[in-house]
Amino acid sequence: MKARVFVTLRSGILDPQGKAIEGALKSLQIDGVKSVRQGKLFDVEIETLDPAAAKALLQQACQKLLANQVVEDFEVEIS
Amino acid sequence: MKSAVILFPGSNREGDAIRALKPHGPAEIVWHGEADLPRGTDLVVLPGGFSYGDYLRCGAIAAHSPIMAAVRAHAERGGLVLGICNGFQILVEFGLLPGVLMRNAGLHFICRMQHLRVERTDAAFASAYEKGQIIRIAIAHGEGNYAADSQTIARLEGEGRVAFRYCDAAGEVTSAANPNGSINAIAGIYSERFNVLGMMPHPENLIDPLVGGTDGRGLFTSIAGSFTVAV
Amino acid sequence: MPRQDPPVTPELVASHGLKPDEYQRILDLIGRVPSFTELGIFSAMWNEHCSYKSSRLHLRALPTKAPWVIQGPGENAGVIDIGDGEACVFKMESHNHPSYIEPFQGAATGVGGILRDVFTMGARPVACLNLLRFGAPEHPKTRHLVSGVVAGIGSYGNSFGVPTVGGATAFHTGYDGNILVNAMAVGIARADEIFYAKATGIGNPIVYLGSKTGRDGIHGATMASASFEEDAEAKRPTVQVGDPFTEKLLLEACLELMRTGAVIAIQDMGAAGLTSSAVEMGAKGDLGIELDLDAVPCRETGMSAYEMLLSESQERMLMVLDPQKEIEAKAVFVKWGLDFAVIGKTTDTLRFVIKHEGEVKADLPIKQLGDAAPLYDRPHVASPALEKVEAAAIEPPLSNAEALKLLLATPDLCSKRWIYEQYDHLILGNSVETPGGDAAVIRLGDGPKGLALTTDVTPRYCEADPVAGGRQAVAEAWRNLTAVGALPRAVTDNLNFGNPEKPEIMGQFVGCLTGIGQACRALDFPIVSGNVSLYNESSGKGIPPTPSIGGVGVIADVSLAAKLAFRRAGDAILLIGDTEGWLGQSLYLRDVCGREAGAPPPVDLAAEKRNGDFVRELILAGLVSAVHDISDGGLAVALAEMAMAGGVGASVEAPANVPAHGFWFGEDQSRYIVATSPEHALGVLAAAQRAGVPCRRIGETGGAALTLKGEAAILVGDLSARFEGWLPDYIAAAL
Repeated sequence: MKARVFVTLRSGILDPQGKAIEGALKSLQIDGVKSVRQGKLFDVEIETLDPAAAKALLQQACQKLLANQVVEDFEVEIS
Repeated sequence: MKSAVILFPGSNREGDAIRALKPHGPAEIVWHGEADLPRGTDLVVLPGGFSYGDYLRCGAIAAHSPIMAAVRAHAERGGLVLGICNGFQILVEFGLLPGVLMRNAGLHFICRMQHLRVERTDAAFASAYEKGQIIRIAIAHGEGNYAADSQTIARLEGEGRVAFRYCDAAGEVTSAANPNGSINAIAGIYSERFNVLGMMPHPENLIDPLVGGTDGRGLFTSIAGSFTVAV
Repeated sequence: MPRQDPPVTPELVASHGLKPDEYQRILDLIGRVPSFTELGIFSAMWNEHCSYKSSRLHLRALPTKAPWVIQGPGENAGVIDIGDGEACVFKMESHNHPSYIEPFQGAATGVGGILRDVFTMGARPVACLNLLRFGAPEHPKTRHLVSGVVAGIGSYGNSFGVPTVGGATAFHTGYDGNILVNAMAVGIARADEIFYAKATGIGNPIVYLGSKTGRDGIHGATMASASFEEDAEAKRPTVQVGDPFTEKLLLEACLELMRTGAVIAIQDMGAAGLTSSAVEMGAKGDLGIELDLDAVPCRETGMSAYEMLLSESQERMLMVLDPQKEIEAKAVFVKWGLDFAVIGKTTDTLRFVIKHEGEVKADLPIKQLGDAAPLYDRPHVASPALEKVEAAAIEPPLSNAEALKLLLATPDLCSKRWIYEQYDHLILGNSVETPGGDAAVIRLGDGPKGLALTTDVTPRYCEADPVAGGRQAVAEAWRNLTAVGALPRAVTDNLNFGNPEKPEIMGQFVGCLTGIGQACRALDFPIVSGNVSLYNESSGKGIPPTPSIGGVGVIADVSLAAKLAFRRAGDAILLIGDTEGWLGQSLYLRDVCGREAGAPPPVDLAAEKRNGDFVRELILAGLVSAVHDISDGGLAVALAEMAMAGGVGASVEAPANVPAHGFWFGEDQSRYIVATSPEHALGVLAAAQRAGVPCRRIGETGGAALTLKGEAAILVGDLSARFEGWLPDYIAAAL
């Protein structure tokens, strides 16, 4: 089965890349964007067909490697 | 002093570290896939570079290498561990040091000579310097912006665990002299027991008057000196 | 289901960049219509990039030999003997078109490719340099291109772990739609342990190493030889993506493998990938090559033989191995986590045979793929000679002090710190002279020996007078190396020109090569490697002719290397070389007076050598405290650079017999400024006279300002602020 893992910066952590993108959007006259925060998206294929097991597996993957919980949050989405 | 320099795939300043360590005793390269450190290792160095290409997050994949269990055990025994640049990033990902190293505030990789203020000299890593001494050391990183939550910062500062701070030539800590946006201009920190040091600047590249200067030598003579005293 | 290749039609032939007469040549050679795969092979091998069909004839005339040359052009890189059993391996190569389309990846893979050329020969890379040309700063794409190219070069070199120690960056509207990204890499090997592409032995395994093959860059080599049209950006999918991490592993694995003695021949897969690397190995060794593409490690599914043969996926190598050592070799690559696959063998048939999915997809004569490539003697016309511009005939629009301040804050003369600080120029701990000097100096191992390295060219001179410009490019590179005290040894060139099918462009090419050849001969500075990049034009207009010169010199003791910074107050400042105040094609004329006009300054090669040899002797004898060669912007700019680098001012005076603006800003060639202590000054002047070298005292160091006599003094700090400010301000300005 397929899953998606989103890793995002925790709120309150400065995101200089997001800020730069925000500025670039403004300069391109793409108005109305209030703020941008940049994160990561992982497309994952997993062997199990059990959504609960898949979720547990990916949560473990996030805690161990995919996210740095000092500054990042994660979210697992099973499709 | 016997040193082990850990080689991860993508490390690239291991040779520079060996060169700085050699005058003080044997220094050998240890492959990240090993389970044990060489017998009698006094100092473990995690060198600079781009382990695993800095993919995912700097240092994140290397922190899961087999050798790291032995590094943790060495640190728990009170053994000395020095992480330089990517080595510092690995140590925070691994949890031997708190906090995280984020993308430089200017968003660019930056390589230049940088003044640092030596914050304390009673640790094994800095005894050859004067307290408050201003030294000039190379930096070369894209993600050296030290960050941690306010409690961690308060604790680091309260326990005097900031090893070096970015400053200008006069020793003033100013935002103009801070190359990467690090909180409190932190360039390097110690572990609680002061036996683990992580730092972004490269003292191993400042050991020769012909090549930039010798301000990095003090770090290595300090470490070597700590063993002479102990014996 | 068997794969259906498209039929070979005239349209398909044309879309492969092959002209009707070239196609006829293929028909004559193989006596039948080529298969689709074979057509792809021919188009890759016979395009300009691989075959040098327009340039070969003229390249042959260049001097490539000297007693210290171990390997001249024709291999992955040139090799020179630098003494003590060591060899220096180096080359420069362009990645112009890919960098315009995708600046970050284009520049990054350019660095990756040139590093691979160097370590393929068994050398460990020790330094990188580059030469960049961008369009006018106000062109809407320029800022984005500068940022992307610089980040790309940095990202690759920094991660790979080689210092980027030098470069040259300039701007001109002539590059608006076609920037130049020329990357140079330098490595060190044992002189008796150089590896070559020539295959030997019949039935030996051909091994594929490194990253997997994807569809990247299919027909990149063809793209690199086609003029840029406005739709260039639509070609984005062919851009390759660099992986410096894998390249670093490939380096370590290759060098480790070479130590086992298993490697018979090695070739990196660069332009035209597997095709050109395999053909070259076979053709050089007078052997046939048979490949079974089913064994090629692929990143994507369903790749055809055509795609695999033409893919330009990065970080891949091809080797012929000693079959006795195949297992040992494989273990090295498994350790480093890289793909290792036997994909074919050498044969005695002299045929290039490709098998895929049980079918023979190509069967071609291997020698003729290279040797029978078209060779053109393209018509060429010499550029019309331009009149000399007399300094006395130019009314200075500004005071000389104001002109100096203006020049230091122009795109071409300003500090390039914003660029080089994004490159790790200190790794390996051997960077004695870092960016900003005349030439980079790196120590080799623990010294005392070192290398001096530079890249240079002055395209506006080449455009005004190709022969004089070609000569000047070589002379200036030679001068850069001399100014740090090194003995210049050899050159790698990267010849960037427009469309060779236009006689005036071909005339520029032929003219520049003539000048380059003259200077290389006169200065004992042979060309050992290089690259030709033609069809650099956009919307039908060629770029300024840009024959980039990469120079390598040797210095026996790096502790003697000279630096340009004024070291202390009270030193005498001596000007070496003749000054008549040549303002034609100068930056003063262009950027202060707003005119691009006149004949460029001529180079007297005998004077060049005499003056340079004299300066080198002074440096090695320890008689001078600072040295700088005089180039773009002239004497005043050179003095300002010395003052800013040292934070020490100077007072200098122009002689009465030269118009002052000509004296301060003329770009007369073969000149140096040296600073020396007062007690040595008289001796140096006397020695110059004995050697027949023009040398005059023009002032002394000291104070906080640079004072051109008769002009307002300028604080060195003010100069620095202007010099350092332009580039970061430009980048930071709103889009």
